[in-house]
Amino acid sequence: MNKHRQRKLITMMSVVLMLSLAAGLILYALKQNINLFYTPTQLIEAKVAPTQICRVGGYVKKNSVQFDASGQSVAFIVTDKQRDILVRYHGVLPNLFREGQGVVMTGQLNAEHVFIASDILAKHDEKYMPASVAKALQKIPGASAS
Amino acid sequence: MNWIYMGGYGAYVWGAYGLTLVVFVMNYLIVKREKKQIQKRMNRFIQSKDHE
Amino acid sequence: MWDWLKQNGLSPKSFYRTSGLCLPWLTVLFLGCAGFGLIDGLYIAPADYQQGDGFRIMYVHVPSAFAAMAVYFAMAICAVLTLVWRVKLAAVCMSCSAPIGASFTFLALVTGSIWGKPMWGTWWIWDARLTSVLILFFLYMGFIALQSILAEQHYRDRACALIALVGVINLPIIHYSVIWWNTLHQGPSISQLAKPAIAPSMLYPLLAMIAAFFLFYLSVLFMRMRNQILLREKHTHWVREVVLS
Repeated sequence: MNKHRQRKLITMMSVVLMLSLAAGLILYALKQNINLFYTPTQLIEAKVAPTQICRVGGYVKKNSVQFDASGQSVAFIVTDKQRDILVRYHGVLPNLFREGQGVVMTGQLNAEHVFIASDILAKHDEKYMPASVAKALQKIPGASAS
Repeated sequence: MNWIYMGGYGAYVWGAYGLTLVVFVMNYLIVKREKKQIQKRMNRFIQSKDHE
Repeated sequence: MWDWLKQNGLSPKSFYRTSGLCLPWLTVLFLGCAGFGLIDGLYIAPADYQQGDGFRIMYVHVPSAFAAMAVYFAMAICAVLTLVWRVKLAAVCMSCSAPIGASFTFLALVTGSIWGKPMWGTWWIWDARLTSVLILFFLYMGFIALQSILAEQHYRDRACALIALVGVINLPIIHYSVIWWNTLHQGPSISQLAKPAIAPSMLYPLLAMIAAFFLFYLSVLFMRMRNQILLREKHTHWVREVVLS
């Protein structure tokens, strides 16, 4: 490679490197804004003002989902496996809403530290398997399908 | 035809595949049309050069 | 060796000849992979334990997203070859890749949206993954727009190469967005280091569809490049022969 090309290549690579560094710093500074939701731990520690609307994401705790008599309102616990938050919601749930699965909710904490959700989205994980395999896995202790 | 129904997700699944087909066919047709146009242009170009 | 390659392998003339020989094979391979992937993905592969038959959108969504990023990466490599080594063929490859890559990105965004509605409960959300892929789409559009305004060939190739090169920063951001930040989009199902989080019977059609998307990209790319080469090399003797034959 001749000198001229070598110099060009080095200049170009350093420009790209510097721009990546700048982009990286910007993204790092905006980390909290880019995060779509708080985990329950972050929400409790951040001491979000009761009226502030925010998003919370986590897993629906097993055996915590309770529908009221009309079937329209639901209460459940959302967890990140460290802290729990009680959630109340009135409305239609997404198809993938089930115990043990992820959810991302918009809403606000009330004075009793209950999260009043106005909107619930289901978050699924990256695992894909046939129903028969999932069933077989559930019979093996220690292996988890969900 | 249970298969078309896709367990209730038929509209979404077939919509996504249909769109993919449209995008693929469009890609192909655009490049075919471009080929025809360029063929014509090149023919004219060569004829004009031969006249000089 | 490099000079020899540039003279023989990477010259527009020899590319025109070789690509002409490759095209029928690429088409046959594409039809084979797409046929297998579609039948296996839509009919044979079992339904997912959580998402039922809705997960089958994956077989067009994942390959289009993957190909959209790979095409951009190929453009960035071509950009370096254009700016540093002035390889004519690289500039052609770069400019011909852009519309195909843009169409793949569009497909990834829209099929993702169609998948998101029944599963997540929303068509769109401004999380890091979706936003960074939208930025990729805008980068493609910026590239195409710049290409259409600049008239002078040499200047246009170099300006476009610069956009392609700078935009490459977005690729690791797209890939790691689901790991670095909290997103609604799930993490990667296939990574190089870990065992795929997807059952083999569901993985084969995905791999076939990914291969099909790449083969389609290559065949449309070759057809586009052949058109461009004729235009760019119109003063040469060999193009005259090709056109007259």
